[in-house]
Amino acid sequence: MSIAPRFLDAGEAALVVEYGLHIDPAIHDRVMALDASLAAKSVRGIRETVPTFRSLMIHYDPLTLDRASLVKIVESLDATPAPAARKRWIVPCCYDPVFGEDLGHIAKEKNLSVEKVVALHAGATYRAYMYGFAPGFCYLGGAPAELTLSRRTTPRPPTLSQVIMIADGMSIITTISMPTGWWLVGRTPERFFSRNRDPAFLAEAGDQITFEPIDRATYDALDARAEKGEVVARSESAS
Amino acid sequence: MTGLKILTAGPGVTLQDHGRDGYLRYGVTAAGPMDRLAHATANLALGNEAGAAAIEVSLGGIEVAAEGGALSIAVAGGGFEVLLDGVKLPGWVRLELAPGSKLTVRAGIGGAWTYLAVAGQIDLPPFLNSLSTHTRSALGGLEGRGLAAGDMLAIAGAKAQAGAPERLLTPWLTRPTDVIRAVLGPQDDYFSEDQIEVFRQGPWTVSPRSDRMAFRLDGPRLTHARGFNIISDGIAMGSIQVPGDGQPLALMADRQSTGGYPKIATIIAPDVGRLAQLRPNQAFRFETVSVDEAVAARRADADALTAPMETEPVIRREFPSEFLLSVNLIGGATAG
Repeated sequence: MSIAPRFLDAGEAALVVEYGLHIDPAIHDRVMALDASLAAKSVRGIRETVPTFRSLMIHYDPLTLDRASLVKIVESLDATPAPAARKRWIVPCCYDPVFGEDLGHIAKEKNLSVEKVVALHAGATYRAYMYGFAPGFCYLGGAPAELTLSRRTTPRPPTLSQVIMIADGMSIITTISMPTGWWLVGRTPERFFSRNRDPAFLAEAGDQITFEPIDRATYDALDARAEKGEVVARSESAS
Repeated sequence: MTGLKILTAGPGVTLQDHGRDGYLRYGVTAAGPMDRLAHATANLALGNEAGAAAIEVSLGGIEVAAEGGALSIAVAGGGFEVLLDGVKLPGWVRLELAPGSKLTVRAGIGGAWTYLAVAGQIDLPPFLNSLSTHTRSALGGLEGRGLAAGDMLAIAGAKAQAGAPERLLTPWLTRPTDVIRAVLGPQDDYFSEDQIEVFRQGPWTVSPRSDRMAFRLDGPRLTHARGFNIISDGIAMGSIQVPGDGQPLALMADRQSTGGYPKIATIIAPDVGRLAQLRPNQAFRFETVSVDEAVAARRADADALTAPMETEPVIRREFPSEFLLSVNLIGGATAG
């Protein structure tokens, strides 16, 4: 039997339903199940929901839906979690050293060959836990334990956009150029956020992500197509 | 085509509507007005929807002109100076702007933001259902940026009610700012009871290093009872997060959707706008209230906006005395 969630107020118009304090697929499953159940129920007064690693933030209009009723609804849904429908995204990733500029450092730190680092990163299945920081900026869990390393002590200058970075057992797919303390392993031509496309966003929190290595020429070809608004990642329903 | 021409605009003048709702789950900042009550007031004074796009004017000020026809305009918010062809009007005003005239809105005796609304619709394509500008991600508004001299905003369904300027009688914008109310949590359990008391008492001031994303609060240094790293969770408008240095940050309209520091409390919606109007030298403290009290305050704001808006003719130039009272500057301001 699962532990009951904690209900935490973020002011009078947002309720945090917290399932735990850690990054854990089982906790995230419950977050996503509640999110799906609430979406299916389309509760009057709920403005939007934000799934995170360990909690669901429910933004609501307290003049339409009072807190006690909202808690009651969540409790009734939480007892019978609906399985969240999930997709698996096969995301092309170019591990060319021009993009994966930290592969050499990671290989040295972990006493592995660069080829082995790439094989490990591309061989894992990741979970899209949540978005944050910027539109389409996606936090992934499931990095291979062999590649776990701490962040840089000093942030590096701004990266390119659409880079894949790792640190602390996590991966990030970025959508913007930014200074960062994470380590760069590659770059995807896919846009997790594109204003030239409808829908503008690609994956949902809870989806699975795998990376498919591509060479530089393929990257350039796919990048040109993605820039025009085409989706270049493939998707299938996840097991 | 009728339009509003921007003659000059200071930094930080942006278009804002109700906000880019519904996309927080994809990491998209909602943006929207810093002072929601004032923004809605300016719109409602013209018969617009409360959440329609209007110009959020920073302390940098703005000068505008009507092109192709007269425009009906309302200004409401902080204690800004409003001048029509150089003649001073009340800071909260409805007026007709005829082609050839110039309307100036500039920093006045208090407050940090005011709203300039135009009757009709600012005719720009929304992005993700909103015209709100988020300059950091270059989304919304006009090319995702602040307004600048030379910009032209086409106005669809422009209306001009011929007549002399009228003062808006909007007492709900006269708000005390010495006490800001907040609901504790969601991570108040990261702080001991005496630190929560330090948080309440302050006194706090808004740091000059503040922007639409976050207001840095200068005051006592808060200490955490059990570390300051949490696994990221959601952030609400008005969340007060306390990073490792113990200086709280109130997260405002351009806040990120999620974040990783403990949030000791969340400013109630009616008081986020009050905080937004503070300038760096104005001290305040926090009062912690229950969710029920916060909802009651929110309802009072909503009720104020549903009543028909009253106005009175402008018969002489005057200072916006309601605002003087609200910022406790009345003594100094009347001396001159």
